[in-house]
Amino acid sequence: MTPTDTEVSQRRDASQDQDRTPVVSVRGLWKVFGPKAEKVPDSEELRGLSRRELLDRAGCTAAVRDVSFDVSPGEVFVVMGLSGSGKSTLVRCLTRLIEPTAGQVVFEGEDIRDADPKRLRELRRRKFSMVFQHFGLLPHRRVVDNVSYGLEIRGMGKAERTKRALEVVELVGLSGYENSYPDQLSGGMQQRVGLARALAGDPDVLFFDEPFSALDPLIRRDMQNEVIRLHHEVGKTMVFITHDLSEALKLGDRILIMRDGKMVQCGTGDELVGAPADDYVRDFVSEVPRADVLTLKWIMRPAGPDDALDGPELGPDVVVREATRAVLAAEKPAKVVENGKLLGIVGDEEILSVIAGGA
Amino acid sequence: MATIAEAPAKLGPVRAVRRRVVIAGILVAWLVLFAVLRGHQTLALAAADLTDLHRWFNDVNDSIGANRNSNPLFLYFFNEIRLVIDNLVTFIQSLISQPSAGRPVPTIGWLGVVAIAGYVSWAFGNWRVAILAMAGFTFFGLQGLWQESMDTLALTVSAVFVALLIGIPLGVWAGLSDRVNRILTPFLDFMQTMPTFVYLAPLTLFFLIGPASATIATLIYAAPPAIRITAHAIRSVPETTVEAADSLGSTRRQTLTKVLLPMSKRTVVMGVNQTIMAALAMVTIAALIDAPGLGKTVVQALQSLDVGTAFNAGLAIVVMAIVLDRVTTAASVRAEAARRSGSRFAKWRKHLLVAGGVVAAVVVYLSHTYVWAAEFPGQGSTGSAIASAADSVTTWAQDNLSGFTNAIRNLITNGLLNPFQSLLTDSPWWLVGAVLVAVGAVLGGWRAGVTAGVCVGLLVGTGVWSDGMTTLASTVVATVLVMVFGVVVGVWMGRSPMADRLIRPTLDAAQVMPPFVYLVPFLALFGATRFTAIVAAVVYAAPVTMKIIADGIRAVPETTVEAATAAGSNTWQIITKVQLPMSRGALTLATNQGLIYVLSMVVVGGLVGAGALGYDVVAGFSQGELYGKGLAAGLAIVLLGVMFDRITQAAARRTTVPSRG
Ligand SMILES: Nc1ncnc2c1ncn2[C@@H]1O[C@H](COP(=O)(O)OP(=O)(O)O)[C@@H](O)[C@H]1O
Ligand SMILES: [Mg+2]
Repeated sequence: MTPTDTEVSQRRDASQDQDRTPVVSVRGLWKVFGPKAEKVPDSEELRGLSRRELLDRAGCTAAVRDVSFDVSPGEVFVVMGLSGSGKSTLVRCLTRLIEPTAGQVVFEGEDIRDADPKRLRELRRRKFSMVFQHFGLLPHRRVVDNVSYGLEIRGMGKAERTKRALEVVELVGLSGYENSYPDQLSGGMQQRVGLARALAGDPDVLFFDEPFSALDPLIRRDMQNEVIRLHHEVGKTMVFITHDLSEALKLGDRILIMRDGKMVQCGTGDELVGAPADDYVRDFVSEVPRADVLTLKWIMRPAGPDDALDGPELGPDVVVREATRAVLAAEKPAKVVENGKLLGIVGDEEILSVIAGGA
Repeated sequence: MATIAEAPAKLGPVRAVRRRVVIAGILVAWLVLFAVLRGHQTLALAAADLTDLHRWFNDVNDSIGANRNSNPLFLYFFNEIRLVIDNLVTFIQSLISQPSAGRPVPTIGWLGVVAIAGYVSWAFGNWRVAILAMAGFTFFGLQGLWQESMDTLALTVSAVFVALLIGIPLGVWAGLSDRVNRILTPFLDFMQTMPTFVYLAPLTLFFLIGPASATIATLIYAAPPAIRITAHAIRSVPETTVEAADSLGSTRRQTLTKVLLPMSKRTVVMGVNQTIMAALAMVTIAALIDAPGLGKTVVQALQSLDVGTAFNAGLAIVVMAIVLDRVTTAASVRAEAARRSGSRFAKWRKHLLVAGGVVAAVVVYLSHTYVWAAEFPGQGSTGSAIASAADSVTTWAQDNLSGFTNAIRNLITNGLLNPFQSLLTDSPWWLVGAVLVAVGAVLGGWRAGVTAGVCVGLLVGTGVWSDGMTTLASTVVATVLVMVFGVVVGVWMGRSPMADRLIRPTLDAAQVMPPFVYLVPFLALFGATRFTAIVAAVVYAAPVTMKIIADGIRAVPETTVEAATAAGSNTWQIITKVQLPMSRGALTLATNQGLIYVLSMVVVGGLVGAGALGYDVVAGFSQGELYGKGLAAGLAIVLLGVMFDRITQAAARRTTVPSRG
């Protein structure tokens, strides 16, 4: 059991706490590019068209179509899809860097589409911030001045903002590079600056738009672990965009899969793998090592009359890979039990079919 | 995929070949009709003859002259502008070049100016350019051209100041707003294709002749590069950076001052360099409308064929161009590098700058107070030595090289220029017009054909058709020569990085020179003829064409060349069958730039006996009754420029689009 795995399961428990109101709540969100874009979401006829037909008929591209979801406090919510599926547009609509065409984006009970420019700036300065794929750093400012930029524009004094910036620089592991310029740093370090800049204002929600796609695989893994660590330390709500399923599974409490602007499925990693909504999702998850993602509740079968019920007891959310040893070692099938209630049983057969099929 | 990519590649050459056949057909038809109709309806106009339009321009000029102080438009607009600019120029002149405040000398003497030049160059650039600047400025004094140089500098500085004051904010605005950019771009394009000359005539109408209108003409000519480059700099700031600033809640003003402007700084300083170089070129030419300074010395010497004096003053212009160029280039490098040098060094530098400033101030005070530091000592004997050396080189060249130079001159003049010129000037105007329209339509499509038609019509209307055709002949001949040199050297540079490294710095240096310093050496070699203007034009236009062609050749993908080599092509085959055809877009663009540069130089050649439109313009400035004709000739130059530009641009678009496929 690696430390990472524990963290993941811990976080999962936290987010399943359903009575807390969502931080971000999106309802019927549309973004259409092109002339007369605002007509599209209201028109029964145009709404239904495919991307190609819509372009031919109305000259519009619907980048986000009728998307709804909730993000709970402290959750890492991942949006995944192939390139061009509308992820970047979606995340920019949430902060109105791109103006949505229709729908609601409710942030802590306030529809941000109703915010005037002043209120919107205020929200951006204090409530949410974003990390970009291509960093977007200011080349003429040192690392510490990049990090304190957001504090500077909200009018914080120089001494105070530098102090705060240095704290955050240390938090992201960049101590010693405070006075470097961005182009003296490697890509991974530049993105740490991006991360520090986003954290400096102490926002409630962090948005990430494919922050690690431009990095080398090894550095990408480091940065993913860094995000997990930071999430653990500062406990922010995160909305994370990626086109990489393994990244999504590694980071996300829940994952929203998009295709051509529409949401295809939204659920935890094991839900996507265990019950893909359609062939598109099935295709997506086909390469995933299932044993690492599926939990026992997905593979258990109801206990039959001839099954011995004195095997070991395991919880329904235990990942198959972790249960393997216990189940195979026991003579009898394992019982899947939640709150003292028997949900089903898992035998060698079930475990082996997952391990064999998913490897 | 493969079929899509192949289709245009197959169509391209076929269409090009057919186009070539059609052009040949047009030319043959022209020659046949020329033989039959020679000398009819040529619209020739003798030097002193005027048309109704010219007389009308004269009347307009006279009536503006009479009402200058009563017409409200002048009273409250043009005269006000003139007054402001005049005050600015007079103020700067009183500082460095002209006697001021009852003193026989300017406020700041020569030593003070040298000190300021050195200090400013050091503060914005580095110590090397500071030494260059001080040496250059001292050299003006040694040449006996201190006051002339300072007049030129004063006008340049005033014009650059106002040009930047207007140009940078406009550029920022165009960088921020797509709509403003869309509106400004065609204007800037148009202004950039106009020869320097053309700005002068209409401005004298509104602002009289003299330093003020010279400065206004200069700032109008010099502002476009500042606007264009600033807008470009703002637009090239990466979108993610702006988005990141937005996402943190920046206001528009904060994004502008903390993100866009700092990130554009270096490019904008390069724009300042371009503005200064353009201003210097224009200030020297504005001598034609009585602007004081080095240009005036050159113009007067050229008109009396005094090569020595022209050379001396031309050299001063070259030195000033080099100094201004190097200093501003160093400044743009510093804009980038300043933050890099460690903070300890920066602190040192700050102390040194303060100390240097004090020294400069003391020297300025000395030059204000003491005669030895105020008036440049000596009689400018270096200048006389340079002039007489140039004279003796000229005499020597005329004595010893005249066989050679005359042979070349006669070969080109009789073999190429005269036949072509008589074909153009002796054909009926409608025939030449039809040929121009047809060639324009074939090369650039129907739109270019229509533009050519309109330009031909207006050219006839200007009443200087025949002079226009003479200028056209010289321009075309010079452009052909430019393209020959351009292709030879450009291909060489494009193929050999070594050649590129050796030649490019020279070309860069040549490009910052004001056009008419090129006339001086060729005047010495070839005397006052059309040919001198053509050679000067070829030399002036060559650098830009060579660079464009070299870049085009270099842009041909390595793999394509490799494939052709693997297939067994020899060098000649690679050049003619792969590299040149694949850089067709660059060749057309080079022709476009070549034509524009040549046109502006051929016109300046009016000063040294090239006659035609250039002469008409110059004569218009000096003789009141020819004013209208000069204005019409200026208009004709604009029309020729627009016609060349539209046809070649359209042709460039047609050649580049299919090759991208
Ligand atoms: N400014 C725009 N104008 C027109 N179409 C756009 C614009 N931005 C994005 N699109 C289109 O919207 C779709 C989704 O783009 P994007 O959100 O960038 O996808 P992703 O981030 O998932 O790769 C794409 O088809 C893209 O071409
Ligand atoms: Mg994207």
